[in-house]
Amino acid sequence: MAEIGKPIDRIEAFLKVTGTAKYAAEFNQKNMAYGFPVRATIAKGTISAIDTEAAQKNKGVIKILTHNNAPRLKAIDPQAMQQTGGMLGEQLLAIQENKVSYFGQYIALVIAETYEQARAAAANIKVSYNKEKPAIDLKTEMPNGIMPKQLMGEEAQLNEGKTASILDAGAVKVEQTYTTPNENHHPMEPHATIALWEGADKLLVYDATQGVMGARGIMSYLFSLKPENVQILSPYVGGGFGCKGSQWGHVMLAAMGAKAVNRPVKIAITRQAMQTNVGRRAETEQTVALSSGTDGKLTAMRHHTNTYGNLSDFFEPSGKQTAVLYSAPMREVTYKVTKLNVGTPTFMRAPGETPGTFALESAMDELAHELKMDPIALRVLNHTAEDPIKKHPFSSEYLLDCYKLGADKFGWHNRKALPRQLRNGKQLIGHGMATATYPAIRSAASVKMQMRADGSVTVMSATQDIGTGTYTIMAQTAADALGIPVKMITVKLGDSSLPPAPVSGGSTTAASVNPAVLAAGEMLRNDLMKLAVADTKSKLHARNIAELDVIDGRLFLIDDSSISDLYVNIMRRNKKPMMEVCTTAMPASGSGLGSPQVPCNLAPLKEDENSDEKKYAFHSFGAQFAEVWVDEDFGTIRVKRFVSVHDAGRIMNEKTGRSQIIGGVIYGLGAALMEETIHDKRWANPVTRTLADYHVPVNLDVPPIDVYFIGKPDPHISKIGARGIGEIGITGVAAAVANAVFNATGKRLRDLPLTPDKLLV
Amino acid sequence: MQPFKYTKTTDVIATTKLLAANTRAKILAGGTNIIDLMKEDVERPDELVDITNISLAEIKINPAGGVSIGAVARNTDTANHQLIRENYPLLTQAILAGASAQIRNMATNGGNLNQRTRCPYFYDVAMPCNKREPGSGCGAFEGENRMQAIFGWSDKCVAVHPSDMCVALAALDAVVIVQGPTGNRSIPFTAYHRLPGDTPEKDNTLNAGEVILSIDIPTNSFQNNSYYLKVRDRSSYAFALISVAAALEISGGNITQARIALGGVAHKPWRTTEAEKYLVGKPANENSFKEAAIIAMKDARPLKHNSYKPMLATRAIARALMQATNGVAKS
Repeated sequence: MAEIGKPIDRIEAFLKVTGTAKYAAEFNQKNMAYGFPVRATIAKGTISAIDTEAAQKNKGVIKILTHNNAPRLKAIDPQAMQQTGGMLGEQLLAIQENKVSYFGQYIALVIAETYEQARAAAANIKVSYNKEKPAIDLKTEMPNGIMPKQLMGEEAQLNEGKTASILDAGAVKVEQTYTTPNENHHPMEPHATIALWEGADKLLVYDATQGVMGARGIMSYLFSLKPENVQILSPYVGGGFGCKGSQWGHVMLAAMGAKAVNRPVKIAITRQAMQTNVGRRAETEQTVALSSGTDGKLTAMRHHTNTYGNLSDFFEPSGKQTAVLYSAPMREVTYKVTKLNVGTPTFMRAPGETPGTFALESAMDELAHELKMDPIALRVLNHTAEDPIKKHPFSSEYLLDCYKLGADKFGWHNRKALPRQLRNGKQLIGHGMATATYPAIRSAASVKMQMRADGSVTVMSATQDIGTGTYTIMAQTAADALGIPVKMITVKLGDSSLPPAPVSGGSTTAASVNPAVLAAGEMLRNDLMKLAVADTKSKLHARNIAELDVIDGRLFLIDDSSISDLYVNIMRRNKKPMMEVCTTAMPASGSGLGSPQVPCNLAPLKEDENSDEKKYAFHSFGAQFAEVWVDEDFGTIRVKRFVSVHDAGRIMNEKTGRSQIIGGVIYGLGAALMEETIHDKRWANPVTRTLADYHVPVNLDVPPIDVYFIGKPDPHISKIGARGIGEIGITGVAAAVANAVFNATGKRLRDLPLTPDKLLV
Repeated sequence: MQPFKYTKTTDVIATTKLLAANTRAKILAGGTNIIDLMKEDVERPDELVDITNISLAEIKINPAGGVSIGAVARNTDTANHQLIRENYPLLTQAILAGASAQIRNMATNGGNLNQRTRCPYFYDVAMPCNKREPGSGCGAFEGENRMQAIFGWSDKCVAVHPSDMCVALAALDAVVIVQGPTGNRSIPFTAYHRLPGDTPEKDNTLNAGEVILSIDIPTNSFQNNSYYLKVRDRSSYAFALISVAAALEISGGNITQARIALGGVAHKPWRTTEAEKYLVGKPANENSFKEAAIIAMKDARPLKHNSYKPMLATRAIARALMQATNGVAKS
């Protein structure tokens, strides 16, 4: 594998930096109209009247859709919708009825000749409501919560009530409550959709999405269309982080609007709608209890989460890592979930682990402090090499190496064991660390590959590049499979008419799509080799293909490289203007998330590919290290340097991989220090309305971040051995920072984000 | 954004006449605030009067003493102007502590004075706000008010003025020169912005039709001992939790003159004259500064979510005065 792993530049980088890579909102159509969704200004109730008369007279207005006149969508049938391979972000069909379940919910759509005209008219619509008492505050609503049975198809409650006596008997016990706020994904590119109908039964949608196949499935369902008559295009996506992983109201509205006015309709949603209409990470209150012997050996772990949902079964699974990390003989992971009238929670970068590792890894730090033990030593002592619940060995696991490498690179030995021992003037200096972990998921994926007479190759799959480097690593994989340079390869993705691939969520893409690229490449290479050895005019005639290798598009005998033939010559002599293969790669455990279809020939599983979840537990691991400087007067926390070490299997591209981890760490710094969507407790309106109020780190907040990979290929997840890295980088970051703040100041902060006021109390 | 008429004027007299004749007209200069407000439907002018063609961008020595900075000079140009850097390093620091480089490149000095509060209830037309819609109530008073005022608020409005630049201008005893339909007048900086009282819809004391010509800063001797300190939730592009413009004149270790103005605490830049008076004659040391800071905070009235502000302000004032004493303001 000569190309895989190389830190090459993104193959689409030039397009992106020159502004020529087109994003969903930029595919302007002839005769296109603009839609502006109107949002509810109450949290709960029903609409008693919508007066559109004044707005209708606004210049440029073409049509106003409300629940009274909107095109009808097919009613929700969860089972049938799951069959489509897509997922609604919330169980809500846009503007079909007068019920309001959260502040900001779409209640109408204004369609006009320009965006400004649509928005101006929207401001002139008068809505009357019958208000009901909303549920807004998690703390006051928690008594109404229930303990759900299911969490994403699995048992939600683990060993409920089974740890109490063990915890109480522990020689040392830590029990604390940690809280994390509502957060929004806020990718740089807000959601945008352009919908156009080609006749009554064919729909084309440009959409900023993490899943073109899922979007196709949901749209074909809602509009009762054949799936093949719906095409979703999403060639470039300006960040997703989970909010673009499922389908939300604006996509429906664009297609409804286009149908209603018989013109293409574009909807680009506002930053305010980004906070309420496309999901969020829900607030959590997590209580973690740990007990150990005086030697530090854990005897039990308990992790209870209070959180909320709204119009879906999803809730923040912040106990996930507590079922995976450490060797405690008994562990309990439970959830209590209430319902709030705020935007529906959904997946957000490392759903579960992001808030969950803050709680667990803070508690581990507290336990280490109680035990007077080094925090790394405590983790090493309690390390587990198998999934502690399923008892399967991890497919490949180098967590101890992560601790060691991280400690070396960070200079952990210089850390003071007791707090408040280091300062520079008014700045208190502290060091903290935490474990990172995220599951490694692989799903079925299909790839089509074509080689043309000039030797150029196109690799096609209905996967997505959400800014992660998918284009590039697919080209690298294809280059290795075929033995040709990367520059000969074009990658096409983000198009639902291509062979299906899973949603780019859950860190699945690299692990799922590249095995299919490799399989397709090997198939095509094999076809070319067969042509060569059957070709009397080839120097390789009558050779065994097992004797052959290929470099730079030249097949040769391994034993004598002077005996060779070029791909292009083989194709020319055999009068093949193009050769094509299509294949599906599937892990032994089945198709996995999101792509039930198997459209191409299934590539046979290799004997060495033991990608079976019944035999192995697939997880990535890492270690995060932070140095913070805390102003002792003002409580302002600045992270001065960060070291992030990960064991995520083979790294497909050192450069894009490193960028993924840096992005994850910065996202984690945001969660640690500043990100929070705050609602008014009376009306549920978010008061952090813009990116001036909802803080994400600016350049000055981002320290040097040193990223290291263990890089050992996972021998079980696939032949390539790569696990996804989109999410692990954020996990553990908030805890590493909070632990460093404790080390600096002696104050234990258990409520994110760590804004200055919290240190002044 | 509602449709509006766009007019470009080339002289002040025409502008004042136009504004006096049409009370629904608004001035457009850098556009960094008014355009946002119009997009959000908070402001609905029926006419925008672009004044950037009027020659009000000069930054020059004022024959009467000090420096005069033009109303449509850009924030960046002002901060980096030699006259400002040399004579009023406090102002340079304050301007560069505000907004982002891109916004400062567009924003004008007059616009900085006249920008509206960033209170989220003001910005959300679905919410009550007496400043936006008199009589509708104050959403922030009993709502989310971590960023709101601790001085001078009323139950009608608890918003703060968002500027950094204005905090320095208040400390530097600047004067706002305005021209209206009936002629020119000078407004001392501390009298330019107002407290909300019962009419929070009025941010300042500008009369209908009046246009800012310049902001004049008198000569002073604070160049070596001034400092602008801003405490915020992130390192850049964040409004102040607390900001302090501190300027001292020190002779033989004792303070002969002091200026302290605060940002992020009131509906206007907040001068603390009692604390300033206390410092005169005192040694320039930590004890004096801490005492002055306590005096400055003695009438603070925090709201539900901003009770951290008085303590933070006390520490910020003491730190800013110490930094000013140490003379690190030269930029």
